[in-house]
Amino acid sequence: MSTCHGDAPRAGLLPNPTIPPPRAPGDRPIIVAIVGPPNSGKSTLFNRLTGLRQKVANFPGVTVEHRMGKAKLKEPHEVFLVDLPGVYSLNPRAEDEQVTHDVLKGERADFPKPDAVILILDSTNLGRNLVLAAPILSLELPTLVLLNMADDLKQRGGKVDVAALASELNCPVALISAAKGEGIDRIQQFLVGTAVRLNAPPPKIELPVLQDVPKCRQWAAKLGVRASYQAPAPPLWTRRLDAVFLNPVAGPLIFIAVVIGVFQTIFSWAQPLMNGLQSAILISGSWMSSVLPDSPLRSLLIDGVWSGVGSVIVFLPQILLLFLFIGILEDSGYLARAALIADRTMAKIGLQGKSFIPLLSAYACAVPAVMATRVIENKRDRIATIMIAPLMTCSARLPVYTLLIAAFVPNIPVIHGVLSLPATVMLGLYFLGFLAAVVIARLLKSTVLKSNRSSFVLEMPPYRWPTWQSLGLRLVDRGKIFLRRAGTVILAVAVVLWILAHVPLQHGATPPLEQSVAGLIGKTIEPAIKPLGFNWKIGIGLITSLFAREVIVGTLGTIYGIEGDEHSLGLQQAVHHDLSVAGAVALLVFFAFAMQCFSTLAVVKRETGGWKWPVFQFCYMLALAYSGSWIAFHITNIFLR
Amino acid sequence: MVVYRMSRKKRLTKQCGTGPRTLADLSTGERCILDRLDLPEDAARRLMELGFLPGNEIVPGRRAPGGGPRVFQVDGSEVALRDDTAARLYIRRDPESDLVVLR
Repeated sequence: MSTCHGDAPRAGLLPNPTIPPPRAPGDRPIIVAIVGPPNSGKSTLFNRLTGLRQKVANFPGVTVEHRMGKAKLKEPHEVFLVDLPGVYSLNPRAEDEQVTHDVLKGERADFPKPDAVILILDSTNLGRNLVLAAPILSLELPTLVLLNMADDLKQRGGKVDVAALASELNCPVALISAAKGEGIDRIQQFLVGTAVRLNAPPPKIELPVLQDVPKCRQWAAKLGVRASYQAPAPPLWTRRLDAVFLNPVAGPLIFIAVVIGVFQTIFSWAQPLMNGLQSAILISGSWMSSVLPDSPLRSLLIDGVWSGVGSVIVFLPQILLLFLFIGILEDSGYLARAALIADRTMAKIGLQGKSFIPLLSAYACAVPAVMATRVIENKRDRIATIMIAPLMTCSARLPVYTLLIAAFVPNIPVIHGVLSLPATVMLGLYFLGFLAAVVIARLLKSTVLKSNRSSFVLEMPPYRWPTWQSLGLRLVDRGKIFLRRAGTVILAVAVVLWILAHVPLQHGATPPLEQSVAGLIGKTIEPAIKPLGFNWKIGIGLITSLFAREVIVGTLGTIYGIEGDEHSLGLQQAVHHDLSVAGAVALLVFFAFAMQCFSTLAVVKRETGGWKWPVFQFCYMLALAYSGSWIAFHITNIFLR
Repeated sequence: MVVYRMSRKKRLTKQCGTGPRTLADLSTGERCILDRLDLPEDAARRLMELGFLPGNEIVPGRRAPGGGPRVFQVDGSEVALRDDTAARLYIRRDPESDLVVLR
């Protein structure tokens, strides 16, 4: 295997460990950018090289995300890797291409120019992938070209002469498998040697005119011939699986079965884990109250913080399971097929198949979903998708739904034991949100966001086994975000609420909840929510849940924690005191429609570039929630009579 | 533009006996050579980056259930397009002779 600049780092030539690590000019650590087309395995490689030492960040001013991480290297080497958005070329058209272009050219004031580039290409389709090598090599940065999916290439009978390609490109080339971890040592060698290469003259090779796509493709084809590239046989399994998943009859049925299966398992598998967490929190709570001396501080810690934050943390297993399933669907390649299947239906409501991907992630959380709308080129389609994304049942609604369903819906089998009644109600709520989204999208697309029928171009990646590592990292990431929210927003709300529920002091003692400031606020809004079947205690929960939906569970936990006597009964029994069955149904509908999430509003403001759309979104969703739960309350009352 | 209108009315075109003229007229598995892209520059460029280059061989594959977009095998990968886009991609009449010319 040949290397460029003639400075191939050999083990014996590595810098002595006692010498301080080499640094880039300006005494900052060395930065190496990872670039590649979509579906080339960029993120898998990044995860391999950095492990848990990474974080997701946004470039200021634009919506494009990048991940930064420290490479796992022997001390004292310190190299930072940046995972740039996947691109087919460096012709800046879309926003993410613009960012990749600007970062690599050193044209962003907020991000230093990388010292070297790792170009990762899919070796099973080298002809088309090599096109990207032209603009990358024209940057004249030290470059390592990685031909990924080596295992796939070999298995399907493809071949490539790595040494020949390296001498054609005049830079090091390595055949690797990021998913299997083959060839990672070669990359680490390159990273360690980056500092040495900083002052080396750039490699000179002849490149085609970058703006001319056919010329670039011809150049890539010629390279492929010179490197005796033999394309692998078509992916048999992908064809076989597509024959099933895209079958006119089986395809849609499998699609529906996958969705139902995911939700049913979430609720049956997560239950034991959640019960375990619940008792752990209860036991530690009573242990703390037996250890601590009786004081207002103990009350704040146990009734405020512990029951508030604890009642939300219980839902961690369920949320992680949901993210696990979405991760599997995405990494396996099924999500692209789902977008294809959904396109016709989405076109009917004025959207397109690509809206399906953000909308599905909105089932986990609307914040990443709103950011994922970037894949939609048409601006009006994109805004319409953003507007309806929070109607999808996000994981923050799960704690609320689970609490109310467990409290009010008896666990009896329905449809001959295929589903349980609670699971059916839960599915119904998911469907309700979806239905509302369809109607709103239709309305928006035929009025304010009217546009011509847009195009739909989507590459179908081959099916792949998701790797445990990438799934695991995703879960750790999401778990951290959830716990951070529990530790900040929910904690803060719990503390403020506890204080508001304890003032003003009456003769130096805590007032009854009804006469506290919190109770007063609840009583003030009670007339407005009485038609929906909610009393002032639920009203306090509605106000606090404006910050984040799941806060209402913590709030009720805090309220009942303060009230004392009901504490031992648990939250499920406690809510029975304040909600009729009709009120519970109305509350579920309210949560299905209302926009109670500051993080989503903030990200919508950023993505749409102003307050107009987030304000519109908040108002229409509130109106929908109010009218929806009013109707639900009255219909349920008629049925129960 | 006449051609564009005709291609959208597939049945009519076939009755006239003009044969397939765009990607939208082909049936599954019917190989063809792409001739030109009648699309705005940005859209054409994007498709070219995905392999829809004049002279490249394209094989129409599976359609999404219920008549949605169709998957095309092109330049070693599979890309889905809606029919209205496919109808703007014109193909050459005789793939065989084109292959000879390319050599």
